[in-house]
Amino acid sequence: MNPKNNTELLHKEYLRSLNREKIWVRFYQILIFIFVFAGWEIASKLRWIDPLIFSSPSKVWALFIDKIQDGSLLFDLSFTLSETILGFILGTILGTLLAALLWWSPMLSKILDPYLVVLNSMPKVALGPILIVALGPSFTSIVAMGTIISVIITTIVVYTSFRELDPNYIKVLQTFGGTRYQIFKEAILPSSFPVIISTLKVNVGLSWVGVIVGEFLVASKGLGYMIIYGFQVFNFTLVMLSLLVIAVLATIMYQLVELLEKKLIKNN
Amino acid sequence: MEFLKVDDVYHTYFTKKSAVTALSNITLDVAEGEFVSFLGPSGCGKTTLLSIIAGLITPTSGTAQLEGKKVGTIDNEIGYMLQQDYLFPWKTIEENILLGLKISHNLKKDKIDYARNLLEQIGLKNVDSLFPKQLSGGMRQRVALVRTLATEPKLLMLDEPFSALDYQTKLNLEDLVSNTLKAFNKTAILVTHDIGEAIAMSDRVFLFSPSPGHIHKTFHIPKELRELTPFQARNHESYSTIFQTIWKELESIEPEEQY
Ligand SMILES: Nc1ncnc2c1ncn2[C@@H]1O[C@H](COP(=O)(O)OP(=O)(O)O)[C@@H](O)[C@H]1O
Ligand SMILES: [Mg+2]
Repeated sequence: MNPKNNTELLHKEYLRSLNREKIWVRFYQILIFIFVFAGWEIASKLRWIDPLIFSSPSKVWALFIDKIQDGSLLFDLSFTLSETILGFILGTILGTLLAALLWWSPMLSKILDPYLVVLNSMPKVALGPILIVALGPSFTSIVAMGTIISVIITTIVVYTSFRELDPNYIKVLQTFGGTRYQIFKEAILPSSFPVIISTLKVNVGLSWVGVIVGEFLVASKGLGYMIIYGFQVFNFTLVMLSLLVIAVLATIMYQLVELLEKKLIKNN
Repeated sequence: MEFLKVDDVYHTYFTKKSAVTALSNITLDVAEGEFVSFLGPSGCGKTTLLSIIAGLITPTSGTAQLEGKKVGTIDNEIGYMLQQDYLFPWKTIEENILLGLKISHNLKKDKIDYARNLLEQIGLKNVDSLFPKQLSGGMRQRVALVRTLATEPKLLMLDEPFSALDYQTKLNLEDLVSNTLKAFNKTAILVTHDIGEAIAMSDRVFLFSPSPGHIHKTFHIPKELRELTPFQARNHESYSTIFQTIWKELESIEPEEQY
């Protein structure tokens, strides 16, 4: 056998083994999924677990169909989703803007430093009652919760990344006569895109926390409200349904951020 | 009137812990079209002096003037190439070489064509849409040179531009840079700690010594070497004579060095 053929063969063999691995990974993922849901259903049917508390997949599914048909799920879902997306976008944008401001004025960053530390270590959801008093028990205060929970950490992480850029890139721009704005636009900001994207990923999760807690506190609709209401009337099928819907939506948001990442960071 | 005139420059860096005098009593002239080198061990203020000439930092005292005007007052008079290429990794090669023009709002058709031609002349074809990390170290340094030349600076400063490259690439690039600069009749300052490179490329060599950084001695490179390409110069008989002379001076600067 000549060596060229041999390498080709080996490469094919390698690709096949990669493919095999992928299939096995998928297989086990699906297996876990089936195992969990089938186990849940059986355990509930055979009363190994209390069906009143833990409900069962078939009941959740039936409720899901019900609520789709009467439109109430879509209503709650769109309410919560818009709060989360708004909070998520506001948190990221405000955080990045604040980081830019701190980079722009080193003096300001020195002055604000201790406040950022305090605000960052504070449990943001504890601010909920104050937000509600200030903004009213409404959509606005829930969005504010979704925002506030991510804005400070975004500021800190993005600002740190702004400062980590090798100063020689700035020197290159300065030798061309670059202004501070041009330095920000051409070097500082694009160099931080990877960091901004990874804060986006973290913020997806954080905004959901903020919004759900916000709804616990005030809402009369939404997925968070569904959880709290289901809990109060002891309808755990409702709670489970809401949790599963949140899991699916949060995952979709995360995937969208990954898509954005591929679009934005070209040189990978 | 001299092209570049550095007059009695002192520079001290102040930090919380100390005040470091990086440069003291620097006076030098460079004529138009001349190629000079700053040679010396690290820490003797060579980079600081380049930053002052580029107008990036203001010296504690003294002045630097280009064609009779204080440096840093006009854009695009000076091109500065750093030790590493510092190509922006998220920009394509084309975006990288046009960066200077973009910054100075000079993205005009003829300037863009000039930059593209330069890239071809320097032996890089069909790389416009690639990203820096797809190129080798030597190719990247050539792109950095094109980026620096694209704004047509009057004075070019090269801060140890070849020190991160392997020996063969370095020899090739020395010839390439030397020929390119000669072809455009550019004035240039090269910073290096390689005696051979300083001799092979320049018309004059300023030997710096440290603490505080000052000009220890100036060497004029003999005419027969100046007319040769760097590679040929390294093989010329006068090369080793002047190499020995500078080597001895350099030894006398760092006598405490142990081997
Ligand atoms: N930004 C700075 N702050 C404080 N000290 C500096 C700074 N830059 C350089 N120095 C000091 O100034 C001296 C000269 O540095 P430099 O100009 O980089 O020398 P060279 O380029 O010849 O190696 C060194 O002692 C260095 O530690
Ligand atoms: Mg240096």
